[in-house]
Amino acid sequence: MACTITLTVNGKAVTREVEERTLLVHFLREHLGLTGTHVGCDTSQCGACVVHVDGRSVKSCTMLAVQAADCAVTTIEGLAPADGTLHPMQEAFREHHGLQCGFCTPGMVMSAVDLVTDNPDPSEAEVREGLEGNICRCTGYHNIVKAVLAGAQAMRSADTEAAAAAE
Amino acid sequence: MYAFEYQRPATLADAVAALTRSEDARPLSGGMTLLPTLKQRLAQPSELVDLSGVPDLQGVREEDGALLIGAFTRHADVAAGETVRRRIPALARLAESIGDRQVRNRGTLGGSIANADPAADYPAAVVALNATVRTDRREIAGDDFFTGLFETALEPGELVVGVRFPVPDAAAYAKFRHPASRYALVGVFVARFGAEVRLAVTGAGPSVFRVPEMETALASDFRPEAIAGITVDADGLNGDIHAAPDYRAHLVTVMARRAVAACG
Ligand SMILES: Cc1cc2nc3c(=O)[nH]c(=O)nc-3n(C[C@H](O)[C@H](O)[C@H](O)COP(=O)(O)OP(=O)(O)OC[C@H]3O[C@@H](n4cnc5c(N)ncnc54)[C@H](O)[C@@H]3O)c2cc1C
Ligand code: FES
Ligand code: FES
Repeated sequence: MACTITLTVNGKAVTREVEERTLLVHFLREHLGLTGTHVGCDTSQCGACVVHVDGRSVKSCTMLAVQAADCAVTTIEGLAPADGTLHPMQEAFREHHGLQCGFCTPGMVMSAVDLVTDNPDPSEAEVREGLEGNICRCTGYHNIVKAVLAGAQAMRSADTEAAAAAE
Repeated sequence: MYAFEYQRPATLADAVAALTRSEDARPLSGGMTLLPTLKQRLAQPSELVDLSGVPDLQGVREEDGALLIGAFTRHADVAAGETVRRRIPALARLAESIGDRQVRNRGTLGGSIANADPAADYPAAVVALNATVRTDRREIAGDDFFTGLFETALEPGELVVGVRFPVPDAAAYAKFRHPASRYALVGVFVARFGAEVRLAVTGAGPSVFRVPEMETALASDFRPEAIAGITVDADGLNGDIHAAPDYRAHLVTVMARRAVAACG
């Protein structure tokens, strides 16, 4: 069996035929070629697969593609602006050495952006709590937390600048 | 995953009809338990009935001295919901302690209680708050809902529509979290309604249970010291690589005291 779904991925409308049992993460990677979203476990614990669905972070390995029909999905590929610069959170991960092998990074960044959108000025403890669904085998988390705190600050300044420009 | 059919009905009547039409159809809520089960091929439903499109299953309402929370209300929305935080803050904090941010963004109250995991958090609140589970066909008292390990009073095809939580005078939930999964190794929810105290334990046994001896002691003296000497029998409690039954029995008293202390 298969069915046709329409959804928005990184701002573009896509219509595809999928099997009901196709996971969102496989749809993104294999049908759309968006391989920035990773799969690191089969127990819904590692968070390498985190994307945003209608603005909330979710584990795309624990969601069916059909459940995302009519939703807006953002993956790591959709985070940076089109002008080739990085999103402030990505820039902060680079600046603060928030990654080593990079496998967990797309999920970390997507979780971090969701966390900071909800709580623009998180404490270190809130960052650690907010990243509980993301596992990193390399960094020991310390630099990831530093990066998220710096990314949050950069996102706040970007917001202030945007507000000033709008006036 | 085995193949299945999928539909997302827009009304409660259509969801119930879909579930009664085929005995192998299963409701799909947050999918945080059901999808991992399907990925491991531990279940083979013919059809998944996605409840996300049914407005009757969503949201929080105040209803004469109680909160009615729709089955499809996600953990994140219970945790952040203004009404829940104001009326039963212990319930909001319980929801906030479930799993991680992404699990809370998808997982739902109805899915959690229907699943009746022995280590799940909500069952402790449903029982301690003397809640009533509303289904598509009847009301089930919280005390009668959880019947065993992953077992509930739900009949095949019966759908949880919402849970009615009476608002207590004081309540708190104390949880000894498993550090990796965040599930409760032992969680104790205590609630005081006037002179009556109810105390329910999750994580320790095959299913949530009350501790009448502690309830009686707390009814006459609502302080942690009143239950410091009361222990539960380790016989029949869960034992696994994380904790032996006697350790869980010990934690019940510790968590119960912390819950009472947290009531202030
Ligand atoms: C990494 C991880 C960590 C977790 N940590 C915790 C934790 O700390 N504490 C905790 O309590 N839970 C935890 N969970 C479980 C989580 O809370 C789930 O969301 C919950 O158990 C199931 O809810 P769901 O909405 O996802 O249901 P689903 O997975 O969609 O469904 C679960 C079962 O209930 C049935 N069902 C669903 N909705 C209904 C309904 N309305 N009426 C009747 N039957 C229904 C389904 O058919 C299925 O059998 C964790 C899960 C994961 C993946
Ligand atoms: S791949 Fe590990 S949580 Fe999704
Ligand atoms: S950088 Fe390697 S897993 Fe996180």
